[in-house]
Amino acid sequence: MKKLSRWFGRNLIRIYAVVAFTYLFIPVAYTFAFSFNDSGKSNLVWKGFTFDNWKNPCGAPEICSALGNSIKIGFLATVFSTILGTMIAFALGRHKFKGRSTTNLLIFLPMATPEIVLGASLLSLFLVFKINPGFWPTVIAHVLFCVSFVVVTVKARIASLDPRLEQAAMDLYANERETFRRVTLPLVAPGIAAAALLAFSLSFDDFIITNFNSGTMTTFPKFVYTSAARGIPAQANVIGSSMFFLALAIVVIGQFVGRKRKVS
Amino acid sequence: MGFLFTFFLLPLFNLAQTSTQTPVGGGDTGQYEQTFRFQNYIDAFVENREQFGRSFLYAIIATVLALAIAYPLAYAIAFKGGKLKNFMLVLVVAPFFTSFLLRTIAWKQILGEEGFVVPTLRTFGIISESTTLTSSAFAVVAGMTYNFLPFMTLPLYASIDRIDPRTLEASGDLYANGFTTFRKVTLPLSMPGVVAGTLLTFIPAAGDYVNAAILGSPQTKMLGNVIESRYFKIVDYPTAAALSFTLMAAILILVTVYVRKAGTEELV
Repeated sequence: MKKLSRWFGRNLIRIYAVVAFTYLFIPVAYTFAFSFNDSGKSNLVWKGFTFDNWKNPCGAPEICSALGNSIKIGFLATVFSTILGTMIAFALGRHKFKGRSTTNLLIFLPMATPEIVLGASLLSLFLVFKINPGFWPTVIAHVLFCVSFVVVTVKARIASLDPRLEQAAMDLYANERETFRRVTLPLVAPGIAAAALLAFSLSFDDFIITNFNSGTMTTFPKFVYTSAARGIPAQANVIGSSMFFLALAIVVIGQFVGRKRKVS
Repeated sequence: MGFLFTFFLLPLFNLAQTSTQTPVGGGDTGQYEQTFRFQNYIDAFVENREQFGRSFLYAIIATVLALAIAYPLAYAIAFKGGKLKNFMLVLVVAPFFTSFLLRTIAWKQILGEEGFVVPTLRTFGIISESTTLTSSAFAVVAGMTYNFLPFMTLPLYASIDRIDPRTLEASGDLYANGFTTFRKVTLPLSMPGVVAGTLLTFIPAAGDYVNAAILGSPQTKMLGNVIESRYFKIVDYPTAAALSFTLMAAILILVTVYVRKAGTEELV
């Protein structure tokens, strides 16, 4: 008995971690389980096991067009914000110029602004310029809030670079452009990849800013939100679970590739 | 590069400008003109001070709860994670990949009348027949705590992981017990993480309206819900803009005071 309580005391923090992770994953597991529910229209009560929802993920009306919009917006927002953010990160990390601290503050501000304020002010900006909310305004809005996160991620990577590597390249008669292309960029690349992944998941999962700027266009989160009142079709659970496993796979593969590189 | 900065600065500048403008209704619904009527701010605030207070109250409670849950977790990953450290970090972020709306709705169903929690609690007589867990302040705060937990855990982990375990051993060698070591060594050293985590949780929580919309009731409406409905249902842009700006100002003031008190400037 004494042994048991001692073991308990020593492993308390580990037990706690397991409990905390369980708490984090309860809704994910629930979403996954109910993607197999033979539910018909409203996915509230467990009615029986079926693969139908997985065989036919577009079964619910509008769900796949909403998903398509989300992927398109996510892709465009990721590309634009990654390019823009990486350039800003290099400028901030490498060059001293006038207004550097102002830029730093401006990068920080969107992250410190509640989403609803960002969404609302962008909408009023579009309304002032008589631009109707829709696809492109949403893309612009997403680029705006993703850029900050890209800058922060890439800048951290640049800051951790050993400047001697670049000096060595210069010593070996590489010019500035070659040094950048063959030394700096490959070293920063993992940071850029992480930033792009972050940007995509932020954009894909965003609801508040999208809701303000997308007008009548549906995205996947918007679809989930509007159908919440009548009950969400199980297909939404299928898509949510697939996204989860897909993202997990990307992260695991990324880690694997990173480790392999280190070895060789 | 210069071009890029103007491209980035311009939307931000416009954003600030448009949200300070408070046009006033003259004609039909949805039509407003610029009259610089700052009274809008006062009207908006007085009308919605209840939701204002609620937003900040809920956000503060959720932040404190998230800190209480995330700190031991981050500590466990940093000091007891061993080889599984990276894997555990992925686990912290992983729930993010399932849409947060789906997760919030999953909570609603788990805690709802058809879920298994409420009937179980009733059978054991822990809650009475008429008590419900959803559509309550409890559910809203719990939902926010859950949704923002990774935002709290990651910065906490980053700063706890940087602590040299030898400092803790040294504290033990100097006859400090576990609690004193935590209070005098671990906690002060992890302060940057605490500050970053609380900010990353508090700011989105204060502006959140999704948790209140899904898990709450009309009695738990937050400022975000008011702004949303002013925009989309009532088409009252000036009030919504004034509220948004007041919310942002209030958050900025609170954050500045907090960061000064906590004494870290690493963030900006």
